[in-house]
Parts: sequence; C-alpha cells; structure tokens
Amino acid sequence: MSAGSERPTWTARLRGVALASFPPERVLPDDQPVYVASWVYVFGVLTLAALLVVLGSGAVLALGGVAWWHRSRTGHFFNSMHLWSTELFFFFMVIHLWAKFFMAAWRGRRVLTWVTGAVAFLVSVGTAFTGYLSQMNFGSQWIATQAKDGLNSVGIGAYFNVLDLGQMLTWHIVLLPLVLGLLVGGHVLLVRKRGVVPPLPARAPAGDDG
Amino acid sequence: MSESDYPLAADPALEWRGGKRRYDLVRELVLAVLAVTVLAVVASVLFSSPDEKQVTIAQWANAAPVDFVTTALSELDRTSGTAGYGPPYTHTSGASQNIVGSFSLQRLIGVHIPIDSAHDFVLDPLSIAAPSDPPLRSALSAYGSASATQRSTWTAAYGKALAHASVQHGNVVVASGQSGPVGLMMRDLLSQAQSGGLDGALVSAGNLFQTDYTKPLLLLSDGSYLEGLAAKQHLLGNQWGMMNEAGNYPGQAWLWLYTFWYQIKPFSTSANADAQIWAIMALLSLALVSLPLLPGLRSIPRYVPLYRLIWRDYYRQAEANHPQSQSGTVNALSRTPRHNEETND
Repeated sequence: MSAGSERPTWTARLRGVALASFPPERVLPDDQPVYVASWVYVFGVLTLAALLVVLGSGAVLALGGVAWWHRSRTGHFFNSMHLWSTELFFFFMVIHLWAKFFMAAWRGRRVLTWVTGAVAFLVSVGTAFTGYLSQMNFGSQWIATQAKDGLNSVGIGAYFNVLDLGQMLTWHIVLLPLVLGLLVGGHVLLVRKRGVVPPLPARAPAGDDG
Repeated sequence: MSESDYPLAADPALEWRGGKRRYDLVRELVLAVLAVTVLAVVASVLFSSPDEKQVTIAQWANAAPVDFVTTALSELDRTSGTAGYGPPYTHTSGASQNIVGSFSLQRLIGVHIPIDSAHDFVLDPLSIAAPSDPPLRSALSAYGSASATQRSTWTAAYGKALAHASVQHGNVVVASGQSGPVGLMMRDLLSQAQSGGLDGALVSAGNLFQTDYTKPLLLLSDGSYLEGLAAKQHLLGNQWGMMNEAGNYPGQAWLWLYTFWYQIKPFSTSANADAQIWAIMALLSLALVSLPLLPGLRSIPRYVPLYRLIWRDYYRQAEANHPQSQSGTVNALSRTPRHNEETND
C-alpha cells in the first residue's frame, strides 16, 4: 500500500488544525497595528506576568509544604510574595477588564475572547478564596466559618466544604490553577488569533456595539 | 504615514490592513515579569504578610471557660447554631434559606455532612476518657439511659445555674442543683478542652492523618470567643469582613460587591440574605460573562468617550489624514459594513 493512499493520522490532522488556526507568525508576531500604542495595553501583559509570579511563589510554598511558611522566615517571605503578587494580579486584571469594556473589545468575532477573560476573572476569585482558606491561621479559620453560610445557603457547601482544609488545599493548588491556566492560555491564543481589536470608528455614531 | 494606515472606521471582523509598528511581545512579557517580581519583593520586604495565630479549642476553653461551657451545653441540648443549622449538617425543619418564595437549593440538596451536635461535640469526646474515669462513665451512662424529658430538665437546670457561674483557677464553678450528671460532664469536657484533648478528639475519626476540620470549626463558630476576636480585627460581616484581612493588610478587595449587599437592607436584616445575595451575584456574574450579547449594556462604551482617550494618538493621526472627516465623519462612518456589528464568534 502506498503512503499516499493512507488516511491521515489523528496526529497529522491535529497538527493541520493547529497550524491553520494558530500559524506561528500570528501567535508570535513581531509587529502590531499602529493603534496598539497606549499604556492601557500594558495591563494585559502585567496581569499575565503577575499570574506567573503567583504560580512561581506558590510552587515554592508547595515545595516546603502547607505549614512550612509558619515556621520558616524563607517560607514566610515566599508567602508574602504570593500575597502581594496576587494583589497585583487582581489590580492589573481589573484595570485590564475595565479597559477592554470601554474599548468594546468583543467586536469583530471576539466574543469568546471576552468570555474566556471574564470566566478567568471569576475562577481567579475562587482560586484566591481557596488560598485564603488554606493559610492555616486565624484568617483562614474566620473566613471559613463565615463563608460556609453563603455556600451552604445555595447547596454548594454540601460538596465544596470550606471547613475541610484538605479539600480546599487541593482545589487551590491543583484543580483551580489548572482551569485558570487553560482559560488564560485559551484567552491569549484567541487574542493572537483574532488580533487586537481596532479602535471604534473615529466619531462613533449611536448604535449597538455587538 | 498614509491615509490607509489610519482608516477612520476599520472593520473589526476583518484582518487589519492599516499601518503596523514594530512590537516585541516576548520582551514585553519578560520585562513585565521582572517588574512584577521587583514590586512583589519590595512589598514583601517592606510589609511582609499577616499570620495571626490560629485559635485552638484549648485556647478558647482557657481564655473564656464560661463561654466554652455555655456553648458545650447548647450542643448537648441541641440548641446551638450548628444543631439547628439545617442542610448540609442537620435535618432541622424550616432552617434552610430560600432564594425566592419557598424555593431552597439548600433544602433541595439536603444533608451531606451530618452533624449530631450532642454526640459529635460532647458525648463522643467524653466517651474517649470514660473507660479510665469511673465517675464520668457513670455520668454518661446515667445521661444515656435517661428520658428526653429528664435530660432537658438537667440541661435546663445547669443552664440556669451557669448564668451565675464564677471562674476559679480556670474552672467554672456552678452551684449544685438539679442538673444530674450534666455538671460532671461539663466539668470533664472543659478539662479535656483545656488540656488540648478536645482539639484532637474532634478531628480524629479512627485515622492517623487528618485534613478535615469541620467539627472543631463548627464548635468554635457556635461560641462567641472566635467572633469577639474577629470583631476586634474588624472582620465581622457587618464590617465588610469577607474582604478584609487581619491587621492592616489588603484582603480580598475583589469581593467588595459580594460584601456590599450584606451592608444594605433588605439583606442586612433578611433571614435569607446568603441565598439571595448568592443568587444576585450569580446573575451579575452571568451578565459579566455574556455582556457582549446584552443589548444596551454592550453599547455603553460608545457613549463614554474613554475609548477616545485610549486611542487618542490614533484618532489624532486618522483625523489629520482625513481632513474631510471633520465635516464628513458621518459619511465616512456610514460606509462601515454592518457586519462589523455581528457578535457571533
């Protein structure tokens, strides 16, 4: 049987789809449209950078173990890094989100880009929340006992028990970062695939910005 | 730059055909990571991070023995917050919160983490020490074989006496009355708690390794000691507590909208506040995610000229290149294809 008559492998098909959807020059271009010239664009990449620092400092904390930072000055320093990079992450992300709203950045078949970004924001809130629950100190005790009422009131607490440290820690360091990583990765790829949204018409007429 | 580099109304659905500028994405990301790392290191060195020590049941029982015993009594006679909580802990009738009308997801999903406050918080921990403590063994036996009415009489009598209790050398001194074996049970439970034994008893369920702190945290939250400490740190619900952090540290500021609802009526006085606020936040979250599909809301950016500020350099150049646009903008815009407005992705 000749090679030409063989059906393409799943691998070849996946490669074809990936290259067609995300050609390298589109994923990593070395130029941008002239309108990509504002400080506001920096907040997207700052959000991504802060997420990397959050993941890095979190990985160091994971190496030491869940209680390490309570008894080690080095551990406490990396806990501080984790806290402050998280604060920066949310600060940059909220500015990025508002900026994209006022740019109506979903125009031109970019709805999914907005959706992945907005869901990533919500998942980030959950990820940070489980981090606060995993501190093993007074803060996590108090937040857990208060937060249980909201979660229990809508039935979530039956399966997502904020008083169970083991469950919350697993969500914080495995499940939610995995989901967040996939969302952020998808969001960035969509930005690269569709390109940065161009400016609204110079004198925008009244209308509906779908 | 030519006119075509700065079109007045580019179609966002089409590939950009205007001017381009050199842009190094990788360098930008590397510099951003360095900048954030420096900022985080500086903040960590200057401000560190909070680590308020955890509250143990032993600490509570030693610092506020009357509060501990009062809470323990309420667990024994099943009048505590946890005993009457409803799902997911107890089957208490009418305790579930309703989202709207009589619709309750809490009730619908039901009890998944069953708690029997008398057994889980008092009788089972005491039974650990009972084999080597004959008076306690007799007291537990008497309490276990008594009728429900008799038990209520004993706990009520002890509760009445507890209101006039004093503390001597860490022990709660209660006038002897008609409390039967309850006085001895409470005394021994306090002793067990003060020694740290109850902390261990509440997390051990026949396993060496433990990660579930549901029982000790529920017991702590039934007392007023933990809440008193939180109030001093401005962490109560009516103090915007969910988004605050102990000490002068930023907490989860991104929860401001969730916390906001608890500060205003009707939620600040509603028995269903948690369920209602969660429902509101679920709807608002859905609106945020689907904002591009919501007519009206998605048009707000057009009427708020912030986009003019963000792209001011672009518009300056575009309008300079199209002098007729000052008078003919509408004509220029009218050529914008309608499929620009499509939302399908």
